Amino acid sequence: MSFEPPDQESADLLALALSVAEKADTGEQVEAFVARSSYTTVRAHGGEVESFTSAASAGIGVRVVSNHRQGFAWAGTLEADAIEEALAEARDNATFAESDEWVGLAEPDGIAPVPFDAFDPSVGSMPASRKIDLAIELERMVRAGDRRITGVRVATFSDSTSRFAVATSTGIAGAGRGAWCSMSALALAEEGDETYTGGGSTVGFRPDDLDLAEAADDAVLRATRLFGAKPVPSQRVTIILEPRMAATIASLLGSTLTGERVLKGRSPFGDRMGEVIASPKLTLIDDPTDHRSYAADVFDGEGLACRRNQLVVDGVLQGFLYDSASGRRAGQPSTGSAVRGVSSTPSVGCQALAVAPGAGSFDSLLADIDTGVYLQSMTGLHSGVNLVSGDISVGIEGLMVRNGQLAEPVREVTIASTLQRMLLDIVAIGDDVEWLPGGTGCPTIVIADLSLGGS
Amino acid sequence: MIEQSVLEVVLGVAMRTGGEFAEVFAEDRRNASAVLDDGRVEELTSGRDRGAGIRVVVGDTTGFAHTADLTEAGLIAAAEAAAAAARGGGGGTNVIALDRRSASRGYDIETYPGDVPKASKVELLGRANDAARAVGGAISQVSVSYGDNRRHILVANSDGLFVEDDTVRTFFAVSCVATGDAGMQTGRESVGHTIGFELFDMYDVDQLARNAADRALTKLAARPAPSGQMPVVIGSGGGGVLFHEACGHGLEADLVAKGASVFRGRVGQQVASKGVTVVDDGTMEREWGNIAVDDEGNPAQRNVLIEDGVLTDYMWDHLRARKEGRRSSGNGRRQSYQNLPMVRMTNTYLLAGEEDPEAIIASTPKGVYVKHLGGGQVNTATGDFVFGMTEAYLIEDGKITEPLREGNLIGNGPEVLQRIDALGNDFAMGPPGTCGKDGQGVPVGDGVPTLRVSSLTIGGTAA
Repeated sequence: MSFEPPDQESADLLALALSVAEKADTGEQVEAFVARSSYTTVRAHGGEVESFTSAASAGIGVRVVSNHRQGFAWAGTLEADAIEEALAEARDNATFAESDEWVGLAEPDGIAPVPFDAFDPSVGSMPASRKIDLAIELERMVRAGDRRITGVRVATFSDSTSRFAVATSTGIAGAGRGAWCSMSALALAEEGDETYTGGGSTVGFRPDDLDLAEAADDAVLRATRLFGAKPVPSQRVTIILEPRMAATIASLLGSTLTGERVLKGRSPFGDRMGEVIASPKLTLIDDPTDHRSYAADVFDGEGLACRRNQLVVDGVLQGFLYDSASGRRAGQPSTGSAVRGVSSTPSVGCQALAVAPGAGSFDSLLADIDTGVYLQSMTGLHSGVNLVSGDISVGIEGLMVRNGQLAEPVREVTIASTLQRMLLDIVAIGDDVEWLPGGTGCPTIVIADLSLGGS
Repeated sequence: MIEQSVLEVVLGVAMRTGGEFAEVFAEDRRNASAVLDDGRVEELTSGRDRGAGIRVVVGDTTGFAHTADLTEAGLIAAAEAAAAAARGGGGGTNVIALDRRSASRGYDIETYPGDVPKASKVELLGRANDAARAVGGAISQVSVSYGDNRRHILVANSDGLFVEDDTVRTFFAVSCVATGDAGMQTGRESVGHTIGFELFDMYDVDQLARNAADRALTKLAARPAPSGQMPVVIGSGGGGVLFHEACGHGLEADLVAKGASVFRGRVGQQVASKGVTVVDDGTMEREWGNIAVDDEGNPAQRNVLIEDGVLTDYMWDHLRARKEGRRSSGNGRRQSYQNLPMVRMTNTYLLAGEEDPEAIIASTPKGVYVKHLGGGQVNTATGDFVFGMTEAYLIEDGKITEPLREGNLIGNGPEVLQRIDALGNDFAMGPPGTCGKDGQGVPVGDGVPTLRVSSLTIGGTAA
């Protein structure tokens, strides 16, 4: 398998990673994951720059496996003494772990990486003045969007370029690079004694991809359509989730399908392989080789090629995700699903989830709903979702749906169900797939029969 | 960490382009953690991160740059980058004389975790695992984690402030899964203090493990939580996050100034029931949110936010206080040297009342008793907030009866503060928390006595 790093900087990182991996003693495996990134963040407020941050950072994570025991250490610098210290600490840490026959680094599996390089040098070379102008312009557009907009909590321009390399003493060598820019605004709208906020954002692989008007319109619409919102009585409801909300549910499902959770008895779907777990309308795939995703990538966190993994097809559970250690334990190959940063060992995770499109636009799906709720936002996902039991309960803001039309605004209510039930209660999936900033591709999804907790 | 003379030079460079204020924040942090999962000590991790963030303020603009290079040349490069981003009209002050102060937190660390053999940390994991599994065969999975960190910070600024501090935190958590006929349930117990390995003189890890296992087992028999409004009794120590979300965030001066708080313009007004006094207190010894100085070098303070129901003050950082011509309240915090500071809470709590906690429950005909809350989230503009109940029971005829499955509760901060109709005499601090704001996490503590809110909306699935 031949592989060329995409540029000199990533080649240098790979050389550094290889030089650490080569220090493996006999009977020992060593992995080095090295990353370098730089970023700018401009925050605008009141027509001025509130803050301008620019910085570069680098780090290394070293994993040592010896006698099936794993140790890890990291450092937030690439200075030679820090790398030496990390290697020594990882070795020492390994002696305290308990032996596990499945533990070990990835080994080359013959799967060829799918070439992908969305790195656009114009992200890194953009002048600071242009970034400032964009942030101030976005704030201006939001303020001008509606007379009730009284302020913008913050309008932000961010860009980042990053490079990473991973190498092991078992023959893994991978490197990659990426560049993104994004903008977001949080609008404040006031009328009478009510204040609402609404957010909008736009993301791209290059500055020209940014759509300020779309971000501004979204922030304004979301901040201004909730005036007069109040709780509605508790009832059973159908909910309509636009792509960004539906993606949240898809991500929760994806998280329960990692080999790590399944093997350790923490997934509600762990013993359901091959069974119907969702409406036949649902097909869910994790595919970082789909280059429409902002999370598209060539290698996973262990340096194996990313690949397309089918998780749910027509409602039937078809697959779990594995890294190399969890795959060995399950008797399965790695699915190239190791995710990581410098400061942690790889874990198994979804990278670029996509829900396959169904039929119908948002408006046509809405028209089919007699009584329901259109969700504008969900809060309390970290406190109200238990991925082991599947219990889900979140606070929401949004608009009631009556006779197929968006109706009065609602706030200070909850919706609740279980993930298991919600998947079976999917009644429609739209054809309007949107690729979201987090890398997920998702259409509108309609789910029936949730409990709304209100007045 | 950095010589005083170097800091003076770097601050001089930072001010050269007309800066009105410049600051060097340097940090050297070591982390250690150990995890046992699925019956096996999986791995130990050691981490080291050090660097400096430099900010320069001109008018309303802050320029910020950070570097992992703590040499004079590295710091000067960062200072120039920060100054370029915040360019003023003319040349600014560039002679800076630092006045070194000492930071004091009123107690000593007894045993630095870095001096404790790794084997001793690992031994705790095994003990907790054994204790949790011994609770019963329904306990199907146990994970135990240990963590410690030592954070040395240095702050020097163009006002002449120069202070260093060394903070040690130690943490331990047990999470259990119980499996029954109706699926799986989880239980968790965590403790964390701004102290060293003496944490384990305060707590028996076997008991912590049994608490986590019992919580998971209890929930196996739980029924779906109700949905809709009813009285809610919050248990002592288990529900401080209620105030963190219901009013804490809304009292952060940066959000107030931007019009993003429902508490804007309400200082001096009755915003809560009489008897409700809410305090944010960075000086609270050994608590998870304890700091000697904040991340802008200002001493931690005990700040009364709401006194007997009346809003007395917001929380302030350097920039916001400077703008208003007042002093910082010691609430300027940041996740690391790579972040700008902003207004953050420390230990936020509600003072005890006088009622017998059992009498509070006995006088509640029907409602929900939440013994432990999970995390929460607030929209400060509307005041609407949610928080999760990780251990809750029905109250029927003044008695705690059946356990409930997990769910969120939702309320509106200003309304909930007015609906507190009973305050117990049994104040306790709760488990360690991490507060997130604009992508930065900082350690915070919270505490409450047993209390009752006359009406909150419960987000369950039962009618």
